[in-house]
Amino acid sequence: MDVSSGIPVERTMRPYIIGIVAALILTAIPFGLVATGALPRSTTLGIIVVFAVIQILVHLRFFLHIDLETTPRENLVALAFAAVLIFLMVGGSLWIMFDLYHRMMV
Amino acid sequence: MTAEATAMTGISPRDAERYEEKEFGFWLYLMSDAIIFSLLFATYLVMVGNTAGGPTGKELFSIERASGETLALLLSSTTFGFAAVALSAADRSKVLLWLCITFLLGACFIFLEIGEFRGMIAQGAGPERSGFLSGFFTLVGTHGLHVSVGLLWILVMIGQVLFKGLTAPVASRLMRLGLFWHFLDIIWVVIFSVVYLPGLL
Amino acid sequence: MDIIFGRLTIESLPFYSAIAASGAAITVLGALSVAGVITYFGAWRLVLFDWVSSLDHKKIGIMYIMVALVMLMRGFIDAAMMRSQQAIAFNNDGYLPPSHFDQIFSSHGTIMIFFMAMPFLSGLINLVMPQQIGSRDVAFPFMNSISLWLTTAGAGLVLISLVIGKFSTAGWTGYPPYSESQFTPGVGVDYWLWAVLISGIGSTMTGINFLVTIIKCRAPGMYLLRMPLFTWTVFVTSILMIFAFPALTVACGMLVLDRTLGFHFFTNAMGGNMMNYINLFWLWGHPEVYILILPAFGVFSEVVAVFSQKRLFGYISLVLATMAIGLLSFTVWLHHFFTMGSSARVNSFFGTMTTIIAVPTGVKVFDWLFTIFRGRIIFKAPMLFTLGFLVTFTIGGLSGVLLAMPPVDYLMHNTTFLIAHFHNVIIPGVLFGYLAGYMFWFPKAFGFKLNDKWGAWSFWCWIIGFYLAFMPLYVLGFLGMPRRMEHYEIAAWQPHLIVAAIGAFIIFLGIVCLAVQLVVSIRDREQLLDLTGDPWNGRSLEWGTSSPAAPYNFAVLPQVQSVDAWWDMKQRGVAYQRPDHYEDITLPKNTFISAFIGGAGFVFGFAMIWYMWWLAILCLASIAGAIIIRASDDDSDYTMSADEVKAIEDARFAQLAKAPKNEMEDEPGFAGQPVPEAST
Repeated sequence: MDVSSGIPVERTMRPYIIGIVAALILTAIPFGLVATGALPRSTTLGIIVVFAVIQILVHLRFFLHIDLETTPRENLVALAFAAVLIFLMVGGSLWIMFDLYHRMMV
Repeated sequence: MTAEATAMTGISPRDAERYEEKEFGFWLYLMSDAIIFSLLFATYLVMVGNTAGGPTGKELFSIERASGETLALLLSSTTFGFAAVALSAADRSKVLLWLCITFLLGACFIFLEIGEFRGMIAQGAGPERSGFLSGFFTLVGTHGLHVSVGLLWILVMIGQVLFKGLTAPVASRLMRLGLFWHFLDIIWVVIFSVVYLPGLL
Repeated sequence: MDIIFGRLTIESLPFYSAIAASGAAITVLGALSVAGVITYFGAWRLVLFDWVSSLDHKKIGIMYIMVALVMLMRGFIDAAMMRSQQAIAFNNDGYLPPSHFDQIFSSHGTIMIFFMAMPFLSGLINLVMPQQIGSRDVAFPFMNSISLWLTTAGAGLVLISLVIGKFSTAGWTGYPPYSESQFTPGVGVDYWLWAVLISGIGSTMTGINFLVTIIKCRAPGMYLLRMPLFTWTVFVTSILMIFAFPALTVACGMLVLDRTLGFHFFTNAMGGNMMNYINLFWLWGHPEVYILILPAFGVFSEVVAVFSQKRLFGYISLVLATMAIGLLSFTVWLHHFFTMGSSARVNSFFGTMTTIIAVPTGVKVFDWLFTIFRGRIIFKAPMLFTLGFLVTFTIGGLSGVLLAMPPVDYLMHNTTFLIAHFHNVIIPGVLFGYLAGYMFWFPKAFGFKLNDKWGAWSFWCWIIGFYLAFMPLYVLGFLGMPRRMEHYEIAAWQPHLIVAAIGAFIIFLGIVCLAVQLVVSIRDREQLLDLTGDPWNGRSLEWGTSSPAAPYNFAVLPQVQSVDAWWDMKQRGVAYQRPDHYEDITLPKNTFISAFIGGAGFVFGFAMIWYMWWLAILCLASIAGAIIIRASDDDSDYTMSADEVKAIEDARFAQLAKAPKNEMEDEPGFAGQPVPEAST
């Protein structure tokens, strides 16, 4: 008996294997860079951020099976809207709080 | 989607709609949780320098422990995926096997994290030591609480699979648990990228 | 500290002051009278098995509105006490000591926003929205019930703070460092925090529920752009609830951690950042005021079309304006703290966004005006509230645009000008909207209309009282009077405060009129019966069900072909068609688990406040247990057979045959658009 709850149930292990391999690489490199201190600090930070974003996309695609064809549109819109709001709320908060820090030493 | 579901499974269109509604509703809950975590991250970043003369991340964090936690959680996401594959093949014993392994890996994660927290508290670096530590413990601790709830949920699902089998409602709940579990792994990626790695740099 | 009782002691009882003791006495008496009335009518079975355990969205909606109306009275008493204190307290202490006055302004705001307006809108939406989209219920009836009982738990915590302990003195916003335990130890702020957190979880769940319902549960043909405007505003409101409440949870959760476990998020020392609270709180707080007002705008859209007997003008612009307001509401929050040290660049960005957000609201006002223009207006109470809103809210909106300019706000912030502004948008906006909705949809809920004359008198008292109570506050703001003043030494302020107190008294008369309206209508219900389900010659689908609607709303789901779906069905002659056959209908079974979770939430909050850790853990465990039990229940629905459905529908058609063809035909000014013959 096969079941569906509305999201695609992956029938093969393939995406999970791809996902874990990609995630391990995207994790090992930043960890390695921090452990060894091989690159300058700002470069390492940049790599950490970029790899984190890529790894999130890897997780979304290979573990959560989110793609533009099969995922219901409302789920994609909700995700996009959340992303916009996170940008506004976190970006706005950091802007405000660092501005306050500079002006008020708060 | 609904026609597909009906054709594949023999559950009624009405039931398939209900499961879609539940999945969408759960997805929305995860979006609200994402907002909570992003504000915890924002607070952490605002307060990362507020050490009040106390210990900093560099002094407290351990890359070995962070790697261990990361590995445990990442592998647990994969093993949950294998449970989902077994579910689609209607293989009950494989589902139980992979759920148990996922539980053990998740429990490893929690064990490591509790050890980390206890160690910090023993050094006088508990959450009441400084704003930075309040931010750290709350962000990482909230994630850990979510993982613990997830572990409880895995146990409940193991029970349901054992006693009810792979029925449609059980499968629907497993898929939502999967969403939850993978979401928590995504949050962890951000945690090690924002907290541990920059802290240790 | 006691292991069993935490910090609860005999001193927590309110015998330290006469006013506190009377407040407690009234609360306890109120609770006892409710129990007494139910016992007198032998109605415990009915209350428990038909209502408390019901998962029917219509009943949940009615219970929400009951909570709102009770808390309206409690919040109003706070207002009356403040007005009377300020009217007399020139160069003297008045009758309210500062600590008491501070609790009152804190509870007034907390109650009106969290426990009057939020339940009122949740109630109206619950009652109406599923019927407007042609659905049988909301997407998650069980979670709907949990939301209701969690909100009630929060209200219960606020009420019980009158009897055991004290309430917060930190305002409805709870700013640190004052709200930290260093400066305000004691239970007051904790009562506030847990009431807000627990009901906030309920609101987040409500937002998810309504959004999934609208996206997934619409009737065939009910495309998004055919939905009534009320449903559109609910759609955007739900999005705001889902995405804004997490910020409140974070802000208040961190304050709980500071107070209870000694964390340093917002403390003065040890690396706390007090401004972060304000930032997080208002990240929630601004979308919250749009959560409060958007459904009211939706009500006005419905009322204005029905009582101008004309199609709503500018449907698309209203939809776009609503969506714009929703998105923009996340870009303005700093205007609540312009004066707290941000640079000109930051202030001007948020000031500009605040000015921009006034535009879509202005679009809506014009759309409503153009709907009324060349309509044939019927001046029933809901329309009176709408007309009063259009004039009065505009003034409040204008004072908001003034305040949107940071240099002006520097002068006006935290004066009574600000108090006047937000009451000037909340009362004519939010409250008039929900009172109009209450009177508009009352027949749908109960099967008989409310007495319109008393509704009109209530309106006039409310609007005259409002102007008298709040216009002086604008003047006082210009004269420099700060908000929240328990007494003052400036003679020039007192005459305005006396006028304001008179206004509060007239508002009190308005509330009395509401109560009389309800009593009279119940007494006279046989003369006020709504036999067709469509007492106002309405335009949207909820008017196609019986009044009150059957548990399943629609025996056969409607096939929608147009916007104003019900009006369209009436025009095409298919409005009251008898279906040729009926199907079985599946509905959720009643359950006490959700009420149990609400009750456990209440006790959990109480236990956390008083540091009774064993009880808190016990409550959390029971809630977890209840959820697991429910989550393992695969048999939570029952099926109403087609025969039962037929019996209910036959009774409805029999009633229709007795009804006048169009209940509005006797109205002076009725535009003469007949309803097609009811088919037999």
